[in-house]
Parts: sequence; structure tokens; C-alpha cells
Amino acid sequence: MKNRILLKMSLQSILKNKMRTLLTMLGIVIGVGAVIVMVAIGNGAQTQIKQQIENLGTNLIVITAGTTNAGGASQGAQSFNRLTVDDVDKIKSQATMLAAVSPVIVTRTQIVGAGKNWRAEVNGVATDYLIIRNWGVTSGSLFSDDDVRAKRTVVVLGATVAKNLFPDTDPVGNDIRLGRSPFTVVGVLESKGQTANGADQDDVVLVPYTTAQSRLNGFSFLGQILASASDPKVLVGAQNEIRDIMRDSHGINPGGMDDFTVRDQTTIAQAATSTSSVMTSLLAAIASVSLIVGGIGIMNIMLVSVTERTREIGIRMAIGARGGDVLTQFLVESIVMCLLGGLVGLAAGTGGAALVGHFTGWSVSTPASAVLLAVGFSAAVGIFFGYYPARKAASLDPIQALRFE
Amino acid sequence: MTNSDLMYSPVIRLDGVKKVYRMGTNEVFALRGVDLTVERGEMLAVMGTSGSGKSTLMNILGCLDIPTAGNYVLDGKQVNGLSKNDLADLRNEKLGFIFQGFNLLPRTSAVDNVELPLLYRRGTNANDSRKRAEEALAKVGLGERLDHHSGELSGGQQQRVAIARAMVTQPTLLLADEPTGNLDTRTSIEVMALFQALNDQGITILIVTHEHDIAQYAKRIVEVRDGHIIRDHPVVGRRIAADDLTNVEGTFDVVEEAA
Repeated sequence: MKNRILLKMSLQSILKNKMRTLLTMLGIVIGVGAVIVMVAIGNGAQTQIKQQIENLGTNLIVITAGTTNAGGASQGAQSFNRLTVDDVDKIKSQATMLAAVSPVIVTRTQIVGAGKNWRAEVNGVATDYLIIRNWGVTSGSLFSDDDVRAKRTVVVLGATVAKNLFPDTDPVGNDIRLGRSPFTVVGVLESKGQTANGADQDDVVLVPYTTAQSRLNGFSFLGQILASASDPKVLVGAQNEIRDIMRDSHGINPGGMDDFTVRDQTTIAQAATSTSSVMTSLLAAIASVSLIVGGIGIMNIMLVSVTERTREIGIRMAIGARGGDVLTQFLVESIVMCLLGGLVGLAAGTGGAALVGHFTGWSVSTPASAVLLAVGFSAAVGIFFGYYPARKAASLDPIQALRFE
Repeated sequence: MTNSDLMYSPVIRLDGVKKVYRMGTNEVFALRGVDLTVERGEMLAVMGTSGSGKSTLMNILGCLDIPTAGNYVLDGKQVNGLSKNDLADLRNEKLGFIFQGFNLLPRTSAVDNVELPLLYRRGTNANDSRKRAEEALAKVGLGERLDHHSGELSGGQQQRVAIARAMVTQPTLLLADEPTGNLDTRTSIEVMALFQALNDQGITILIVTHEHDIAQYAKRIVEVRDGHIIRDHPVVGRRIAADDLTNVEGTFDVVEEAA
């Protein structure tokens, strides 16, 4: 028999029992919908974590003084402050796999301007810093290399600082004081929001590191050096390169221990993503239980349907339907029912996920793979749970079936 | 047609057909050796009380069941030893069934019911199946009720739909199992008139019935009892349904169908 006719027959008999079809499909709708919502929430969380990590910087490499794992007699990280501007210059001139390098000098100070004052973190950085942190300015611009060389007293405000000191006006061009030193505002950073653990990344001001050394800090060591690998693929190679340059710069003999630490975000990122992907799988697994329950519902109804339509099956067989024809018909009915349910569930699930996202503020996203999976899975449920009733229908004896009341 | 025409072959040839049912340890002999030959163009009535074996005979003739012993040749084709699928194809190709309970698909339009056997036909293009179904319905006088569902048709109309369904494949043999069992007298005669008209066009018809009146419309009567054929004789003074219809017209005006 032609597929088109088969499909038409199945649709006809599905439509003949609208209420029952609807209730049967509901099981699949809920199952698929639940899977989609769960996967969307899990996937959204994963994307959010990934974004937050990327937010820290692009292919970020962090170099800090001291060592974290020096064996039994560890001194602890940063026990000596042994990073210098000289290290930065050497890395900059010798490294081949880096896109940007910047020293970071961290201090906190009182900021006074426009009749208000605010306490914030001051970061002394080079111009590469914004490239590394993947950060832009909304007003004005970052200070120039020339400003850095000349140790000019220019400052770029973070969004939080700008909002608190200059709630209504553009701060660019205004004079403020960091501690006792007067600075001129040259730019405002775009808002970056919170870090994964809730710290406000915008509560910061940036000044040239040279200025920070001479005006604010008074000593020449750096808190850390940030670098950005030119490509995610060379992240490991770039770190090895930095390690070699640093050992050379610090005059450490082969076999001697590093007095600095080089690390990147991948380990943190991997841990975070794998945790959330385990969560996603777990949620999806729980949701699939309802899909299986829906499938059992389909089988139940198909069995009822076979019994109820015994006489019809007998008629079909008497006029020349083969067992295979009857089997295919019932199987197609069950698959069509499951697929329809799957599609409705998909729509309901996507809508449900959007609602959850709207009301909880969680980020949700339905991956294309989940859509394919849901539709494929509901078809598979149709075949799996439809086969037994269809077999039962196909193996009926036409004489008995015709006599059935 | 090929060999079946060159080599002479009747529509039905049964040789010593036996059917035994096993019910636990008991054996029930439904047919105890039946010989029967039906030629092309015959109109045959098989009569017998319930338990006589006439239903079993009908099932075997209809290729729904296979004999325990003996030989059945349908239109030159050996039925013994065929697989289930081959039997299904044979039913589709050579047989048309008409049942007592009409056995139309519920909640399905008349034309869909009639089209059904064509959809199960193998190896042919079903493009014109709709048209053929409509033509078959027109032939039984239901050309105006193509889209009516079985629930919206009277008993007589339903049986005519069933006849159209049986005829649409142009079968070699029309098998009717108590075709008038659920119909009133007038409608019964109408159905018999339709059968006689079809038979006049050369279609072989076998009717299983227990009503003597109905059997009188056939050309030949075969009586079955206890699994044997006890009588096989031509009908003397055969009744013509079309004539009877004009006679009963006056008497049965009251029960004229509403539809």
C-alpha cells in the first residue's frame, strides 16, 4: 500500500477519536515538554557560566608572584612580591603566542569628585588591559601609551564609580582626586556586571600603571601580570612560553622552583561546565521518565483500540489486508500520535522555558540538538510502545475478528 | 486471463474437503468430506441449520480458513498450502464478501468503505481507485450518498454499500453470508434483485442462508447437514426478485424506508 494512503488512513482513525487521541497525546506532550524545559534551563545555566568566565577576559592568563605548590615547605602564593615591569617588558618582547600583556597594580583609595566621594579599587594597568579583559568604553577613551610613558594623571572610571560620583553628567573632562592626587577623567568603562561569585566588576577605576607606581603605591612591584593568548588553541603553549621567559628573567637555574605562578581559566571553566552538564543530564533523565510514562499511555490506548477495532481489523483482513498492512497501519497511527504530541510538547516546552526564564530571571536556551532529540525520541516511543499492540492486531484470526462483538 | 481459460477450470472445486477443530482433547468434525463444483455464472444457495457446517464451508470457500484434508481449487488456483499473505492477496483478487451485519467500517464514508479493497490491492496503481469506488456505488444506486457515513444509512443502503465494496475489485466469486439476515422482507427482495442483476451480468454468486424464500432466488441449492452435503439440486420455479418487488409494492408501502 502506498505511504500516502497509509498516512491518510491513520490520520482518519486518529481523528475519529478526537478526545481519546488528545488525552493520549497529552502524556507525550508533557513528557517532551518537560524534557525541553529541563534541558533549556540546564543549557542556559551552562551558557551563563561560560559567559561569566569569558567575561573575565579572552584567553586570559594570570601570572602571580610566588608559588602555590612548592611541595612540603610551600611559602604560599605571593609571599614575595617579585613581579616587575621588567618581567612585563621581557614577556612582551619575547613571547610569540600572546595578543596582549598588561601589569596590574591593585590598591584601594578614596575617590573625591563633584562634591561626592566613593571608595573603590584602583587598578594601575597598561593599555592592553582592556583587550585582555575584553572590555570597552562607553564615553571618552582609554589613556594612551603616551600617557603611560609620561606617567600622566588620567583616570578611566568604572560604571559603578561613574554613576556614584556623576549620577547625571558625563564625567569625561572632570577633575577628581584619588587620595591626595588630582586626576583628570578621560573615559568611562562599559558595565561588565558581577563576577560568578558576586563581586561588582564595575566598582573600579583604571590609571596608567606608571602613574599608580609613582603617585599612589610608592613601590615598584606588580600585583599580577595579565596576558591574553592569541588563540584558545595556544593557551597551553603560551603559558609554557611565559614560564620560560619568567624563569630566565628571574635567573632561576634548571631544576630550581618557579617563584611565580602561571595559570588560566580553563580548569575553572571545565569544572563549572561539567558540573552544570551533569545537572542538565540529570534533569533530562528525570524528565524522560515522564516521556516513558507517556509512552506506556500510548501502548495502553493502542491495546484498547485494537480490542475495540477487532471487527474492523477482521473486515480489513477479509477484503485482502495482509497482516503486515494491519501492523503498519497501527504502527503509523501510534507514531503519528507520538510525533504530533512531540511537536506540541516541543512548542509547549519552548514556551514553558521562556516563561521560566521570564519569571525567574534564569537564562534559558533550547539547543537545536534537544529539539531533534525530543522529536526523534517521541517517534521512537511511538515505534517502541506501538509495536506490541500493532503485532497483536496483525496476528488476529480474521474469522474470530469478524465474529467479535 | 491465461491458463485458467485454456485449461478448463470451474470457479470452485472442492474434493473431499474435511475440517476438524480440536477443542482440548475432543475433535469436532465440522466438515466430513465435501465435494462441490461451482461453474462460472452460477447463483448458488448453501442452506443448513446452525451447526451444520455451512459457516465452516463458507470460511474455507472464502479463503479465511484452510481445510484439514482435501483439496480446494479457486478459479484454477490451488488454495491448499498458501501462506497467510497469499491467502490475503487471493481474497483481495478473486473474492467479494458480503456479511449479515454489513460490516462496514464505522465512522467512515460510503465511498471510503468501497475504496478500501482497492487500496489493499498489490502491484496495481491505485490512482483511479476513487473513481472506481464512486462508479461501484452508482451501480448499486447510491451515487448520491457517497459521503454518507454508515450510521446515516438504512440497513438496505448499508448492505448495498457492502455489495459495492465486494464488487469494486471485479472478483471471480461473490460470497454472501446471510446477506438478508438483518433486513426486512422488502429490503431483502431488493438486495436479491441486485444479486440477480449482477448474476445476469455473468458474476458467480454463492449465498449462505437458512431462509427458504431467499434460496428460491438462486439457480441451485446445496443443503448441508452434519458436515455433509445431503442435497444438491437446481431450483424449480425460481423466483425473480424484480417481479416480486412490484407485487409487494402495495403490501409493504407502510414500511417504506424513510431515507
